[in-house]
Amino acid sequence: MSAANQLAALIANMFATGLLDDQFQQLQMLQDPSAPNFVSEVVTLFCHDGERIIGELAKLLDKPTVDFDRVDAFVHQLKGSSASVGALKVKNTCIQFREFCQQKSKDGCLKTLETVRINFYELRGKFQTMLQLERQVNGFPPNN
Amino acid sequence: MTVEEVKLQAAKANGGHGAKDQFPIGMRVLAVDDDPTCLKLLEKLLQHCQYHVTTTGQAATALKLLREKKDQFDLVISDVHMPDMDGFKLLELVGLEMDLPVIMLSANGETQTVMKGITHGACDYLLKPVRIEQLRTIWQHVVRRRSCDARNNGNDNDDSSKKLQVASAEGDNGGGNRNKRTSRRVRDDNGDDGDDSDENSNENGDSSTQKKPRVVWSVELHRKFVASVNQLGIDKAVPKKILDLMNVENITRENVASHLQKYRLYLKRLSVDASRQANLTAAFGGRNPAYVNMGLDAFRQYNAYGRYRPVPTTNHSQPNNLLARMNSPAFGMHGLLPSQPLQIGHTQNNLSTSLGNVGGVNNGNLIRGAHMPLQDTSKCFPTGPSGPFNSFVGESPQFPDLGRCNTTWSTAVSSSNVQELGQKDRIVNGPKLEPLSSFTEASSQIPLLGNEMQSQVASLASNGLPMPFTQEAVPFAYGSSTNSREMLNNNLALSNSGINSSLPNLHIDGSVFERNIDGSVVTRQTLDGSNSGGGGVPPLQDGRIDHQAVNSHLNYNNELMGTSRLQRGLSGGLDDIVVDMFKLDHADNGVPFIDGDWELV
Repeated sequence: MSAANQLAALIANMFATGLLDDQFQQLQMLQDPSAPNFVSEVVTLFCHDGERIIGELAKLLDKPTVDFDRVDAFVHQLKGSSASVGALKVKNTCIQFREFCQQKSKDGCLKTLETVRINFYELRGKFQTMLQLERQVNGFPPNN
Repeated sequence: MTVEEVKLQAAKANGGHGAKDQFPIGMRVLAVDDDPTCLKLLEKLLQHCQYHVTTTGQAATALKLLREKKDQFDLVISDVHMPDMDGFKLLELVGLEMDLPVIMLSANGETQTVMKGITHGACDYLLKPVRIEQLRTIWQHVVRRRSCDARNNGNDNDDSSKKLQVASAEGDNGGGNRNKRTSRRVRDDNGDDGDDSDENSNENGDSSTQKKPRVVWSVELHRKFVASVNQLGIDKAVPKKILDLMNVENITRENVASHLQKYRLYLKRLSVDASRQANLTAAFGGRNPAYVNMGLDAFRQYNAYGRYRPVPTTNHSQPNNLLARMNSPAFGMHGLLPSQPLQIGHTQNNLSTSLGNVGGVNNGNLIRGAHMPLQDTSKCFPTGPSGPFNSFVGESPQFPDLGRCNTTWSTAVSSSNVQELGQKDRIVNGPKLEPLSSFTEASSQIPLLGNEMQSQVASLASNGLPMPFTQEAVPFAYGSSTNSREMLNNNLALSNSGINSSLPNLHIDGSVFERNIDGSVVTRQTLDGSNSGGGGVPPLQDGRIDHQAVNSHLNYNNELMGTSRLQRGLSGGLDDIVVDMFKLDHADNGVPFIDGDWELV
């Protein structure tokens, strides 16, 4: 299968499994010759930023006394960025996460943090594959 | 992206808005978001809309950019949650300093948050993820802001009337209709009512309306003003700096100066709820002349005319009438009189008129009139420095919503001028110069928006209350001496009315004395035929106040009244006032504070 086909299949699969929503399509639509790397840039930013936020969340929730306001702020940010790239699953998990923050439930937060982490890394893995495929499609050798 | 690239994109993008004219193409947007993902997306979306985009991830940087290049941006889009500065704060600052439209952006779509954004002045509130369709029309906010500003600054009667009506409409339901009517009346009744333009111009230092566009201290403008003042520090806020900080066209340093004066008075008034007496004292010292003059004049007017009627003022007929009417109601309010300082100067006529009018109101009317407003007012005026002022501002920049006015005033009055109300009652018996001064002070402490107040007063006046006895009538009393005078006049008017009303039904005290602004009930004193100490002092045949009766009544009032100086002034001082008034009647002498430019209508 050509890289292009693989890419298309991958993206279709991501939509089908609810990892992505139509916001991602918006991103795709914004990409044009004047900004050929737009999607990959945004996706890369999201992956970096998301990882950072998850790290911060883990730190905050690791404390004996949890500052739920700060936790909430980070979750809110992750929610915003995931919504912006169309990361549906991650976004929904963030919404759940915020509820636990409102309730000030450390257990709930920890549990949801795990879910977020899983969902995020799943998405990130697929994004990385996607970016690689895209590079291939654009004539670049795949990174390893 | 460079502008060329933007244009290139524009050419490619299926831009629905082919843009007959260049705008909104190339509209300069500053995008602020600490989330790099969102920021990048936003940038791209905006570029797709053919806007010229600048991005930054920090609010501080955004402010810096805006400050350095004031005219280089048309619109700001900002995230709500940012680490270095609250998005709302940025919103306020931008609105204040640069007067640019700001759109809030957030993943949080909770009603409360959205509400907060709007109340802080955001033009719009978008939810993430932002769709390009939403961004295609954001240029409307720029256009709207531009035309709004033009309207704000280049005032004319119609605009202000419209605004007043709008403000009225926004006010309480009860007052809404009245306000509309009032503002209409005010607007149409050029002969009698104060011409807002006139008033404004007066406030601005012009004697003619045509010379300068009236400055309407709209909610937005005032908010900017307040923000500037707060930023500078109330002590260091000088008009020039405020003006610079506000960065609004079409207002002069003088506009700001007069507004600042009122605002200071307002703050002062608010801050002395507990120590009203002290304020009154201070006020008295400073404002006696004005008040005294007003009161005396009013009294004179009353005596002369024995009725309250709108008297066409000579040179300030419009404002005067308006003021006169306003003054009457203001009586209770004390400083609620609308005040444009200049107008107050002209108010002499008004006051006289008012007094005349007041006098004209029969007892029944007077009492009723007085009574009702008092009640209303008692709950109206909000307390707290920002409350009344803000609420006032919000209510009706130009023509007050009577309902609102009442609200605003009563609360304020009750909070800060409890005594005043009592005074009002007392004044019925015969305002004393002294108390009036303090009264004035009190009124002056009531902040305000001179134009607005006038409008409000006008509105109140036109409410149809024969005597706008209510606190409602006086939206804000400016600290200027004219306010004092107005108050004084009002007081006098009230007292005159009370006194002169026919004895049997002169239950003014019932209404007058019954309630203090804060709603506390004062002992009823019936101003009936009996010259009992407890009762009111019936007017003499010729409409004069029976000094003795007044005095006795005043004494009674004095006892009733608290120890506030104002009260004392009013009640205890009523004697003096009466004396003075009589003196005034007899000869224009002796009244130390009369500034000599009173005219009897």
